[in-house]
Amino acid sequence: MSSLTSFDPEESKEKNENQSPTITKDRPKAPVYQTKALNLWYGQTHALKDINLPIFENEVTAIIGPSGCGKSTYIKTLNRMVEMVESVKISGEILYRDKNIFDKNYRVEELRTRVGMVFQKPNPFPKTIFENVAYGPKVHGIRDKKLLKQIVENSLKGAAIWEEVKDRLHENAYGLSGGQQQRLCIARCLAIEPDVILMDEPTSALDPKSTLKVEELVQELKKNYSIVIVTHNMQQAARISDKTAFFLNGEVVENEKTDFIFSTPNDNRTEDYISGRFG
Amino acid sequence: MSERLNVKEAIQAKRKNNKSVFVEKMVPVILFLAAFISIITTIGIVGTLTYETILFFREVSFTEFFTTTDLSPLNPTDPKFSILPLLMGTVMSSLIAMFVAIPIGLTTAVYLSEYASSNSRKVLKPMIEVLAGIPTIVYGFFAFTFVTPVLQEVIPILDRTNVLSPGIVMGIMIIPMVASLSEDAMNSVPNSMREGALALGATPLEVAFRVVIPAAISGIIASFVLGISRAIGETMIVTIASGSTKNFTFDVTQSMQTMTAYIVEVTSGDAGAGTTAYFSLYAVGMTLFVFTLLMNMFATYITRRFREVY
Amino acid sequence: MEYIDRGHVQKKMRTRLLLNKVFKYLFLAATLFGLVFLAILITRVFIDSIGWLDFSFLTNRLSFNPEIAGIKGAAAGTLWLMVIVGPVTMTLGVGTAIYLEEYAKKGRLHSFIQTNISNLAGVPSIVFGLLGLTVFVRVLGFGSSIIAGGLTMSLLVLPIVVVAAQEAIRSVPGFLREASYGMGATKWQTIKKVVLPAAIPGILTGMILALSRAIGETAPLVALGIPALIIPVPGSIFDNFTALPMQVYYWTIDSALTAEYLNLAAATIIVLLVVLFLMNSVAIIIRNKFQKRY
Repeated sequence: MSSLTSFDPEESKEKNENQSPTITKDRPKAPVYQTKALNLWYGQTHALKDINLPIFENEVTAIIGPSGCGKSTYIKTLNRMVEMVESVKISGEILYRDKNIFDKNYRVEELRTRVGMVFQKPNPFPKTIFENVAYGPKVHGIRDKKLLKQIVENSLKGAAIWEEVKDRLHENAYGLSGGQQQRLCIARCLAIEPDVILMDEPTSALDPKSTLKVEELVQELKKNYSIVIVTHNMQQAARISDKTAFFLNGEVVENEKTDFIFSTPNDNRTEDYISGRFG
Repeated sequence: MSERLNVKEAIQAKRKNNKSVFVEKMVPVILFLAAFISIITTIGIVGTLTYETILFFREVSFTEFFTTTDLSPLNPTDPKFSILPLLMGTVMSSLIAMFVAIPIGLTTAVYLSEYASSNSRKVLKPMIEVLAGIPTIVYGFFAFTFVTPVLQEVIPILDRTNVLSPGIVMGIMIIPMVASLSEDAMNSVPNSMREGALALGATPLEVAFRVVIPAAISGIIASFVLGISRAIGETMIVTIASGSTKNFTFDVTQSMQTMTAYIVEVTSGDAGAGTTAYFSLYAVGMTLFVFTLLMNMFATYITRRFREVY
Repeated sequence: MEYIDRGHVQKKMRTRLLLNKVFKYLFLAATLFGLVFLAILITRVFIDSIGWLDFSFLTNRLSFNPEIAGIKGAAAGTLWLMVIVGPVTMTLGVGTAIYLEEYAKKGRLHSFIQTNISNLAGVPSIVFGLLGLTVFVRVLGFGSSIIAGGLTMSLLVLPIVVVAAQEAIRSVPGFLREASYGMGATKWQTIKKVVLPAAIPGILTGMILALSRAIGETAPLVALGIPALIIPVPGSIFDNFTALPMQVYYWTIDSALTAEYLNLAAATIIVLLVVLFLMNSVAIIIRNKFQKRY
């Protein structure tokens, strides 16, 4: 790697191509994820009903809907975090890069090294800033100190927080503000060089200024990553996403280009929700 | 209408009753006296131990007590009073106990908090806690009549009373304490932290050892310290299975007397009040008390001082 | 920015997952270790007691002859102990808990008493024995009698009752208190008529735990200097006595001389364990029955 300080999307794309042939920019609108007839139950509660949804490469897909509509459940299903709830039952399939993630032989840990996640509330580990970012690479077997340093620096830069923390990398992450913690969590997620980043209402616990920073960051990140973002904030969806899927009562009501959804939605329910008539 | 008035009058009349006012005033005083009993108990313990220990040190020097290695309190011609053999017995048996209790207790906690489903946890946890409810005399019986003979099959040089067997059994007795306190500490690590690590592709093992345990470390260490304190104060297991040889050695296949077992031996023996052997009870009791108190206070301190703020 | 070698990660993944699996079973084995030990212990003691544990064992008096020896005296001694420990810890324990939760101002004195109680809970039982020996046996001149043993044991288990009662009182919801105060009831009336009745299940559970601890404790009794002689069945709290765990102790150490004593000790242990099991079952029933009331 020639430059550590600059972010050159073209350069990293080329690298990507060399290493993993599945990611090609010749097929810019290839679906990363394909959800087919997905149903999910929490015990007796039918939380997701027959979901069919493609998610495309290098796009920001926003998922909106009133609370309890299943949007958070859905995004947690994409990296199978939803299975932490013991009573969950799932049918149907989700294809990630053409492989069904519910397949018996599919390793969930491997999926999660390709699909990063940012949570509703910032959840840094009670460790130093450096250790937080280095956690993922270390877990995956990277021991080389110099390499780790580079990864940490680059990830922090990628998450636009490097300038704020470069002088206190070895202080506890809990000394950071909420907005900084969230960007640190994004950096932690970038450190494992994911293909997709899932964001579950990443700004809901942040103040407006920090929210704006994260939104700018998302715009920057989409050059290199495919992003799925759950948000309850429709302006946010309109500002940052390319596609928007509207969830209601566990179903996908509409999934379209964002401009389209916010100007001329097909479904009355979408229009009602967007114009603030419910939810 | 008239009935209602009667109720009102009745209440008014009761209000004026001096007895109930008196009761209201007296109750807190009486309750305070009840609460004060616990303080008196502490004063009683510290007081008697200190008083009789001072009497002991009038007859036996500090240097003899803490630096020599001979202990023969009931020798009629030349009694010797050193606590070191007893300290050795206590330290060795507690060490063995912790060698058993710490790894098994901690891994039990990891299994219960990180691997077990909530259903199996509901079954396993109370079953393990049964171990803590068995009277120590039963463990003593078992160590002496079963564990020692079994160990003798493996280690032929093992004496009939030895430190190894009660040490191991004591460790098993302490497992529930270490496991349940460590598990409490791990359970208080928020789930968001586990999610964060799992989402990076960490396995449950890596989540446990690189996130949960480091985050819960103060509570875990406190559980170890309390376990050690418990082992130091344990009496019946070592009294029965470790014997009463006042042995200053590192050889755990031999009989060694602990501080607690010494107290049992001297109190159930013929040492009359006023003899040096009788006073030595309190000097040993004092040492035991100070040790365990320091450990307990240390455990409280680390849980308070290093409580993680998530 | 591609620093991570995917192939390397994949290769490592296999080992990591294997490690996870191996350790999972290791941890499970550790968890089961204690339970297996418990099972062996109970089976072993039970086998040792077979042929010795019968009705006459419960009703016969102590004897040097193992064939006719029984635990009537020891069982009576244990019961007598409970006659002291029950009321004393109930009064002092609940009194302390009410004082701390309802009357004491949260301040220095409160935290001093609280810290003191938690420290007492950690004091080795043999040290309580020394206290009992000095104060009750010698200074107050009770000798190795039931009252000396009972009071010593009461002080030992007091922290258990206090902590349980405090928790029970704390968990009585505020609206019950407010309802009582709202009708003009005084503080003590509210505590007596509302708080305590609501806290009774928790207090009882704590009492049972405390009594089971007292039933099984041996060390403090040994320190009081209770002799291993054959003692007549006690008739009052000032009589000398022996108790079930004491009997286990003496029979165990004497089993080196007379092998049958081992069986007698085992039979006594079974009696002891059955009593403890029954008491704990009652505690669990009480807890489950009154668990979700608010």
